[in-house]
Amino acid sequence: MIRVLVAKPGLDGHDRGAKVIARALRDAGMEVVYTGLHQTPEQIVDAALQEDVNVLALSILSGAHPTLVPRIMELVRANQMDDMLVLLGGIIPEDDIPVMLAQGVARVFGPGTDTNDIITYIRQQVSAE
Amino acid sequence: MKDWLTVQTGIRNGDKRAVARGLTWVEQGTDNGKRLVKSLFGSAGRAHVIGVTGAPGVGKSTLVNALALHLRQKGRYVGILAVDPSSPFSGGAILGDRIRMQDSVMDPGVFMRSLASRGHLGGLSRATFGAVTVLDAAGFDTILIETVGAGQSEVEIMQLAHTTVVVLAPGLGDDIQAIKAGILEIGQVFVVNKADRDGADHTVRSIRGMLTLATEHPDWMPPILKTVAERGEGVAALRETIDGHRQHLETSGIWHQFRRTQSEHVVGQVLEDWLLRHLNEARGWPQWPGWLAAIAEGRLDPERVAESVWHGAPYEED
Ligand SMILES: Nc1nc2c(ncn2[C@@H]2O[C@H](COP(=O)(O)OP(=O)(O)OP(=O)(O)O)[C@@H](O)[C@H]2O)c(=O)[nH]1
Ligand SMILES: [Mg+2]
Repeated sequence: MIRVLVAKPGLDGHDRGAKVIARALRDAGMEVVYTGLHQTPEQIVDAALQEDVNVLALSILSGAHPTLVPRIMELVRANQMDDMLVLLGGIIPEDDIPVMLAQGVARVFGPGTDTNDIITYIRQQVSAE
Repeated sequence: MKDWLTVQTGIRNGDKRAVARGLTWVEQGTDNGKRLVKSLFGSAGRAHVIGVTGAPGVGKSTLVNALALHLRQKGRYVGILAVDPSSPFSGGAILGDRIRMQDSVMDPGVFMRSLASRGHLGGLSRATFGAVTVLDAAGFDTILIETVGAGQSEVEIMQLAHTTVVVLAPGLGDDIQAIKAGILEIGQVFVVNKADRDGADHTVRSIRGMLTLATEHPDWMPPILKTVAERGEGVAALRETIDGHRQHLETSGIWHQFRRTQSEHVVGQVLEDWLLRHLNEARGWPQWPGWLAAIAEGRLDPERVAESVWHGAPYEED
């Protein structure tokens, strides 16, 4: 059973996208922990740790990813949660993508992404472990 | 964290990452998980296990959060398990109870895990018993279990929890629903949450009326409390009542019998697992479709087929 935490760090007030993803993953047979809006990096990583998820899916629309993602990845490493796949979705400018990947994000999915691509990617990565 | 001994030792030391991984193994029902529950069972049995049940949306998660915060103030260590239903179609689930527990789950003395029911009926998941053992062995002295909000007779929580708290909310004729669902029989404590709304006193009165009808053993007359979980109101009184129930269990000797009573239930669960496994195997037998057709046409006794499933081998044609 694949377990995913869908998390919304930062201050943006829209979680429609995150909910669409959560439902799509549920319909693909995954267990999705959803924690709501306005999560701090500490809350997110603590939730991921306690829930022992295979995948942490971050949704950031506010443009705050340059500060939020490094902090989250720092906490992930500090807790030695190296076997967790971290994905990033939302509005991430093209130029920032390599920076996010260098931080340890496995893949960035842009706004128009077909949810099936995300599902396929998660299945491949998790079964490869 | 993949090594069994590291996880087992970590759990005994209360390490959260080890607890989390142990719970995953228990949920998966792997050999690692079974070995873990077996090895930890001896050091478990100290925690007060409290079930929180009630219809969807009455405020169970909000109440568990408020209770956990209050218990922490009293120096207690709190484990929380919250069960949500799995989709019968995809097998997936959305686990949303954590949303209402944000205040308490960041406390280092609280551990919270969401569980999907994974097809198990009765408001819990198959792994809940093992999960309680892990949290108990990790040193959480108070364990709160939020059941699926099915609002139906979630009797299984009684096998697992020393104290079951039934949560209701004013309005919607929920009093009538409660009797229908048989929820009155399972509660040792009743809470009318959302007492900031109209009709709370009415709900209290109707529960009291029905309880006096239903209760045959007045050595513990279930108290009925009002709370406003969102503001933490009435939560201190609830905690005192729950502690009072534990006291009652201890003085009456029920506490010490509890694990034995529970053990019978655990044996039954294992048996159920085995039978289901046999049934799944039988579905792959070449004879299976023919047998089903024969039963449907009245040419074959279903008991004969059931016996084969039971023994794990197809019967010989005579
Ligand atoms: N007015 C009022 N609303 C409350 C109170 N407690 C909880 N709520 C609200 O009731 C709604 C449901 O609360 P939850 O705690 O999620 O209820 P639940 O029983 O856990 O729900 P499920 O897990 O879906 O069955 C939320 O919007 C809460 O904010 C209360 O004391 N008063
Ligand atoms: Mg809930």
